[in-house]
Amino acid sequence: MAVTNNAMLIRRDLLTHFIKLLIEDNLADVDRIPLEMRPKNESSIRCCIYKDRAVLKYKLMGMLGFSSRDEVDELIPLSDYARKAFNGEVQSDKILTVVDEACSSCLKINYMVSNMCRGCVGRPCMVNCPKEAIKIVDGKAKIDHNICVNCGQCMKVCPFHAIVYIPIPCEEACPVNAISRDEDGVEYIDSSKCIYCGKCLSACPFGAIVEKSHLVDIFRTKKSGKPLVALVAPALAGQFGGDLGRIIHSFKMLGFSQVYEVAYGAEETARLEAEELKESLNAGEKFLTSSCCPSYTMLVDKHLQELKPFVSKTATPMHYSAVKARELFPDACTVFVSPCSAKKREAMDDANVDYVLSFEEYGAWLVAAGIDLNNIESETISEPPIAEAREFAISGGVTNALRVALNSSNLNDTQVNGIDKTSIRLLKSFVKNPEANYVEVMCCEGGCVGGCNVITNPKVATRQIKNGKK
Amino acid sequence: MSKFNLYNTEMEKKVEVLVCYGTLCHLMGGSDLQLLGELLPLDLQGKVDLKGAPCLNFCNEVDNGKPPFAVVNGRKIEQATVKKLIQEIRVELEKK
Repeated sequence: MAVTNNAMLIRRDLLTHFIKLLIEDNLADVDRIPLEMRPKNESSIRCCIYKDRAVLKYKLMGMLGFSSRDEVDELIPLSDYARKAFNGEVQSDKILTVVDEACSSCLKINYMVSNMCRGCVGRPCMVNCPKEAIKIVDGKAKIDHNICVNCGQCMKVCPFHAIVYIPIPCEEACPVNAISRDEDGVEYIDSSKCIYCGKCLSACPFGAIVEKSHLVDIFRTKKSGKPLVALVAPALAGQFGGDLGRIIHSFKMLGFSQVYEVAYGAEETARLEAEELKESLNAGEKFLTSSCCPSYTMLVDKHLQELKPFVSKTATPMHYSAVKARELFPDACTVFVSPCSAKKREAMDDANVDYVLSFEEYGAWLVAAGIDLNNIESETISEPPIAEAREFAISGGVTNALRVALNSSNLNDTQVNGIDKTSIRLLKSFVKNPEANYVEVMCCEGGCVGGCNVITNPKVATRQIKNGKK
Repeated sequence: MSKFNLYNTEMEKKVEVLVCYGTLCHLMGGSDLQLLGELLPLDLQGKVDLKGAPCLNFCNEVDNGKPPFAVVNGRKIEQATVKKLIQEIRVELEKK
């Protein structure tokens, strides 16, 4: 989860405006959203309100499943795209796209000499630069960016802290180098490398990365009269004040006919994974890693093939609960309510999950529908899942549930809490030197409560899940 | 704060902070305000009466500013953040 920032708030505001129109069944007015959000005579965030409006338009296009790069005629109104999306005419497998107009094409230059440079006599920057890229011009150090290899030595040795590191936030956040600048200087996501963790989405301070939404599809299904079943991820219990009974009731108010807790699926995952762990250790395998985080399993598939034999074959809680929901409600459309974009990708390969609704979209839907969770009744959950299953959303939670399923306290385990370049190296090292018998891997720090689409601060969410009504 | 106040802190009226926990405010950045209690600087602890409230209805009027909203000693604060609320609490304490 990202630090609260305006790019995030604009996205949520945009979603709320969009959902209001979906509720009114009035997508023809979608062209008005940029004007409503950036009215005349109000100050702009970018160079002018017209640019602001254009960016909002392209962000909406991205949410609808169109890439701004696909635009052939700029005069085609947003309402046309919205209609197409509503009719189900977009078959895009792109979940994360970069809105070219919003991408500021951050400086490729990583190290820069600031005005703090005193042009000292020692000149350690110049002396220690392995490429001799630093010269003194007009009494100050100057880096020749044609020679510089961004090693950062100069920054380390400068006694005045005059050399600054300027990152490209999305590239720095991406653990697998899937996002980089193309020939036009705009960021581009390589889907063959991307693990859909959404870290770029949270990191971009320009809000240039947009996630495709299934909202139009969900509203189309709703309109057709087909019942909707919400499969709520365990992490949702920590959001919005942490009263799951109210959250469940709110789905009924939004038009869902059933709500099924994915924590039931987590019970199944824990049971099966515990068996698998016992079997594989008995068979002489060195260790087993969890498999419930789709970003992690995609990481293994795309970047860490050597780890593949050690990844649990047990499916995710989402899968087991979706299978169960299909069985219970065969005529309904299943909507997984998700903390992150990786689940959107996972759902594409799972026939039992029809659509995914992110926590953010759910929150915006509540606001658009005028529902305040504080003022609605709380539904009693008659047969709640075990507490450990709900704690799947917290780092360490999967291990705990396994421990309960194994009925053993001496599980030799370790946790990889957050995937980044360092933890990827650590994971690689496990193939030769496993630190433990069971490795729980969560792509987001803190677990799913830290996903890219969560609303509540992960610390608070963790507490709320732990204190949750049983 | 002067030394004299040290003797009658118990008597001092606490600064009342009401944070809107309405769903809209929560979505628009208000969720961070749930951390105010634990992020309160040491010198302010015990001097604040912190409460959460269901929607305070500020969001219905555009003139009220932008969410998230909070109320400090009866004063409406728009676009509230933990930092901003701590500043406002200090303003209230200095009034005395």
